[in-house]
Amino acid sequence: MQEFPTREVSTDILIIGGGMAASGAAVEAAYWAKKHGQKVTLVDKAAFDRSGAVAMGLSAINQYVGDNSPVDYLSYVQQDLMGLCRQDLVMDIARHVNSSVHMFEGFGLPIWKDAEGKYVHEGRWQLMINGESYKLILAEAAKNAMATLGEDGEIIERVFVTQLLLDENDKDRIAGAVGINVRDPYEFYVFKCKVALVAAGGAVHVFRPRSTGEGLGRAWYPPWQSGSSSALMQMVGAEMTSQEVIFIPARFKDAYGPVGAWFLLFKATATSASGTNYMAEGLQEGGELHNWLPYGAVKPIPTCLRNHLMMREMYVNGDGPILMHTDKAIEKIASESPDEKTKKKKLKELEAEAWEDFLDMTISQAMLWASKNIYPEQGPSEIAPSEPYFIGSHSGASGAWCSGPEDLQTDESKSEYFWGYNRMSTIKGLFAAGDGVGDSSHKFSSGSFTEGRIAAKAAVKYCVENPDMPKVSEAKVSELKKTTYAPLQVYEDHKDYSVRDEHVGYTYSEEINPNYIDPKMLMFRIQKIMDEYAAGWGSQYNCSATTLNIALEYLRYCKEDLTKVAARDIHELMRYWENVHRLNIAEAHVRHKLFREETRWPGYYYRSDFSKIDEEGWGNVFANSKYDPEKDEWEMIKRPNIRFVKIEKVVGM
Amino acid sequence: MPSFVITDKCDGCKGQDKTACLYICPNDLMALDAEKMKAYNREPAMCWECYNCVKICPQQAIDVRGYADFMPLGSSCVPLRGSEDIMWTVKFRDGNVKRFKFPIRTTPEGTAPPDGGFGFGPGSLDDQLLGTEPASLKADELWTLGK
Repeated sequence: MQEFPTREVSTDILIIGGGMAASGAAVEAAYWAKKHGQKVTLVDKAAFDRSGAVAMGLSAINQYVGDNSPVDYLSYVQQDLMGLCRQDLVMDIARHVNSSVHMFEGFGLPIWKDAEGKYVHEGRWQLMINGESYKLILAEAAKNAMATLGEDGEIIERVFVTQLLLDENDKDRIAGAVGINVRDPYEFYVFKCKVALVAAGGAVHVFRPRSTGEGLGRAWYPPWQSGSSSALMQMVGAEMTSQEVIFIPARFKDAYGPVGAWFLLFKATATSASGTNYMAEGLQEGGELHNWLPYGAVKPIPTCLRNHLMMREMYVNGDGPILMHTDKAIEKIASESPDEKTKKKKLKELEAEAWEDFLDMTISQAMLWASKNIYPEQGPSEIAPSEPYFIGSHSGASGAWCSGPEDLQTDESKSEYFWGYNRMSTIKGLFAAGDGVGDSSHKFSSGSFTEGRIAAKAAVKYCVENPDMPKVSEAKVSELKKTTYAPLQVYEDHKDYSVRDEHVGYTYSEEINPNYIDPKMLMFRIQKIMDEYAAGWGSQYNCSATTLNIALEYLRYCKEDLTKVAARDIHELMRYWENVHRLNIAEAHVRHKLFREETRWPGYYYRSDFSKIDEEGWGNVFANSKYDPEKDEWEMIKRPNIRFVKIEKVVGM
Repeated sequence: MPSFVITDKCDGCKGQDKTACLYICPNDLMALDAEKMKAYNREPAMCWECYNCVKICPQQAIDVRGYADFMPLGSSCVPLRGSEDIMWTVKFRDGNVKRFKFPIRTTPEGTAPPDGGFGFGPGSLDDQLLGTEPASLKADELWTLGK
């Protein structure tokens, strides 16, 4: 096997990731670090310009609080997550997010404005943008910020961080990270730092996607999201939270094009195939939503409950597919025009807006409509619930259990939710942002950037107040280097396998070998287990203690088989480590689902053995977990859900 | 497929300091056949069809054929990305063609100011103000409980 050189990077703050949260972290860290003499390094597995979930672009900013108060935003988030969110974290982002959005405009992001120069809202919290270059513009601001640090600011691209390092003498303190450069000269990177700020995204491809051929890549969230944020932190023993809170977006079927503009801006409705307006029906007195009190009776209907009503039409009533009536919405808007000329102009505008919505963020959806000769003004389009994703930044909640801000607390909440540094996990010096922070939902792109800023400022404060450098065990680094590249060795050792002695040196197929499997097959195995036993689309989102325990048993085999996964090159080695991260996320997820004995988010998943919501019991607690890497054991923990801000009225979308 | 290299047009970016599509692909899919100096998508089933390789290619040598699983053949979406806007040509299976042009940014490339034009200060590490606040909030002060 090839020898890989080691490159050591010593820094104060290591930002892991390159998406929205990492961009915000870089902008903010650079400012405070320059003021306080700290070094900042950002490590990204891709190219910073186009990495992360917004790589393709985005057609809306989904969190802008505007003139509403942070409590208004909290009321909406708490309702949407069926009562479970950390109030301190949600309000913290909400009070800062306007600042980020105004900065985006200053960076050069085109935000739609009306004739009076006011932002055009898609809904109460959402702004329409020309967002093809959204990520690139934010990355550019972050690069320009890092450049102000001179030699004390470095951006390293194409290095995939595989594992974090703890202090040699203090197992509750971060000391660094290791990773692989997937480009020539393929170094093994050893980062030594006081702070690691993890902003490395959510997870896709843990569950089996609906398209499994070429369309495997067309997940709603990008396929390069391998759960690194949660996995990196969980693997060194950070306390994790709400790993059971999966997110299932209901989007245009197959290409997963956005529906927000259609629902909110164009006011389209969705019905079952035979025309049942299932949302209106569910809301009616005696309707299905009243089985999910108190959240079912309040508008806006939580995302999971909207899914639930849709799934009932599809799977219980057999009245699929679900149709989005784009044609009727367009007809209605056009009919409101006073004359033919205005109507024509309006229709032209609508057409451009509708297509830009796709072309800015889900080009495949435009391609799909074009390939099927779908003209939205002529007829409805199918929408469908997707496979499950881990995305704490959206209408999910998975991530690390982090300290909140000091001022947005009561005495009671402070004793549970504050331990010195905002967005620091239970490991000293290990911070998180974006999909890495749990119970801090609905931050989307702008809120993730904002959370990156919040975490980065606190990280600089931590560095100033804890100036001594942690100790990295050299023996541990050597051991990690060996395990990091082990899959290449497995391939070298076994690639020439033959079933018959006379054919030594001859292999029929590299993929089919009794001594190993390749990283992609490992992924498929995880996906099948999760889909069939842990409530994927294949089981119509149902699970029980019985199926979850089967999942755990089968995931255990996967874990044991990790020493038998072969990588043919560095690219496949990265895939191996991505799937190690996925496997860790999968196990945590199953354990959390098993722990929470209720069905709180119907439409995301159903515990068929605990099919009702238990507001008195589980409504008051977050399900948390802690993995002990030395003993390979899990501890499940209940943490109180302290709703110290009383919500008088839920403010809608 | 989904993104694929038109080999006649691809020159492997031999005159440039790096091969553009290899550099940009968020999922590390694009590879270079150094002998032929042609790029290729080595793992098409992991392609998100994000079009970043298509948009960045200086030779316009990359196109996308929609996912075979669910897209009938015959359509295409072709971007032409400039420094201020992007032009799209969407071709339908039935031959219909639509063209759209959308702005992409309002500032010259490379100039995004880290402070968004608001300046930094007056916060300190001991308060809750982020670098550009309160100016960037367009409010007098930062919200906290009891306000």
